Amino acid sequence: MIRVIRNAWLIAAKDLRVETRSRELVYTTVFFAVTAVLIFAFSFVQEDSTVPPGAASGILWVTLTFSGTIALTRTFEREREHDTLRGLLLSPVERPAVYLGKLMAVLMLLAGVEIVLLPLTALFFQAPLFRTPGMMFAILATGTLGFASVGTLFAAMLVRARSRDVLLPVVLFPIVVPVIIAGVRGTNALFLPEPDMAIAQMWLAMLVSFDAVFLSLALWTCGPLLGE
Amino acid sequence: MKPTVPVLLAISAVMLAISPFLIDAAPPEVTMGLVQKIFYVHLPSAMLFMVASVACGSASAVFLLGGRRPQIDRVALAAAELAIVFGLITLVTGPLWGRKAWGVWWVWDVRLTSTLVMWLLSWSFVLLRRFGGPGSEVLSAGVGLFGMALVPFVYWSVNLWRTLHPKTSVLPTLPASMGLPLWWDVAAFACLFGALLALRTRLERLRTDVDTALADADE
Repeated sequence: MIRVIRNAWLIAAKDLRVETRSRELVYTTVFFAVTAVLIFAFSFVQEDSTVPPGAASGILWVTLTFSGTIALTRTFEREREHDTLRGLLLSPVERPAVYLGKLMAVLMLLAGVEIVLLPLTALFFQAPLFRTPGMMFAILATGTLGFASVGTLFAAMLVRARSRDVLLPVVLFPIVVPVIIAGVRGTNALFLPEPDMAIAQMWLAMLVSFDAVFLSLALWTCGPLLGE
Repeated sequence: MKPTVPVLLAISAVMLAISPFLIDAAPPEVTMGLVQKIFYVHLPSAMLFMVASVACGSASAVFLLGGRRPQIDRVALAAAELAIVFGLITLVTGPLWGRKAWGVWWVWDVRLTSTLVMWLLSWSFVLLRRFGGPGSEVLSAGVGLFGMALVPFVYWSVNLWRTLHPKTSVLPTLPASMGLPLWWDVAAFACLFGALLALRTRLERLRTDVDTALADADE
C-alpha cells in the first residue's frame, strides 16, 4: 500500500516537473477557461449587467468540465507523442500506482485552473464565492475528484484509440452527469441570498459517495483497462 | 442460424400484427382518451430498453473481469445497439404522450432524465466500438461497466427534483381489458428482442470470421 502511494507520487512528481519546465498545459488550459467564461458572460449577462439566477454556478461547472476535458486529453497526448506511456506501463510499478500518479497530476493541474477560475467567476457574475469558504472548497474538491477519477481512467484507456480527442467527451460527459448536477445544485445553494447549508450538505454527501464508488471501481479495473 | 431465431421472429410478427386490434379493443382511458394508447408501445419498449442496458452492462463486466471471451463481447455490443433502438422508441413515444398529459414535450423528471443519460451511454458504447480502432472492445466494456455503476447515481441525483412520471405501481391495478394488450405487446417485443440479439451476435461473429480470413489471406 505504502509502495503504491510512493510510486504514484513519483509518477505525479515526474508529470509536475515536466509541466513546470514547459508550463504548456497550465497556460493553455487556464487561457481556455478564461475565454470560455467570457463567452458565457456575453451569452448570459443582461444589458443592465444583471446575471440570471443560477447562471454563475452553471458557468463555473461547465467551464471546469470543458477545460478539464482539454487538460485530460493533453496530459495523455504528451505521453503518446513521446511514446512514454508504454515505458510507464512496462516499468515495475503496479497499474493502480500509474493511475493514481496520473490522477494526482491531473488534480493539481485542475486546482491551478480553479485558482484562476474562481475569482474570475466571483468578479464577473457577482457570485458570493468566499462567503462559505469551507463548504465551497468541499464541493469543488469532491466534484473535481469525481470528474478527474473517471476522466483520468478513460483518457488513459483512449490513448491508443483512434479519434481519441472526440471520443473522450463522448464517453466522459454522460458518466459525469451526476457530478455536474450535484456540483451545480450544491454551489447554487451557496450562492443564494441566504446560503442553504442543508441542501449543500446533501449534494456534498452525494459527491462523496460518487467519488468513493468510482475511485474504487477505477482502481479495481485499471489493471485490465490500461492493458497488459 | 439456430432454428429458434426464425421461430421467435415469426411469433413476434404474428403478435405485432394482432396487437393493434387488441389495443383498439381496450377501453379508452377516462381522462387521456386516445393518446393513452401510446402506453401500450411505450412501456414494453422502455422495459426492453432496461433489459438491453442491463444485458450490456453485465456482459461488459463478465468480459472485462472474466477472461476476455469474444462471444461475451459480441453479446454486449448487440445489447448496446438494441438499447439504442428500444431507447429511441421509448424517448419518441414518451414525449408524444407527455405533450397531452403534462402540456409539455419534455420535463426533467427522474425517469426521463435517467433514460436519456443511459441512452446516451449506449451511444458512447457503440461510437467507441465503431470509431475506437483496434482494442476498442476493452474500452467499450469499461464504459459498459461504469455505466452500470452510474445508474443509481443518476437516479439519486435527478430524484431530488420533483417526479411527474406515473409510477410503475399502477401496473397491478390495471383492469384485465388494459392489461391484456399491454402484456401481449411486452411478449411480442421480448420475442423480437431475443431474435434481434441472436441475429446481431451472429452477424458480429461472421464479421470477425471474415476479417480473420482476410488477414490470413494477406499473409
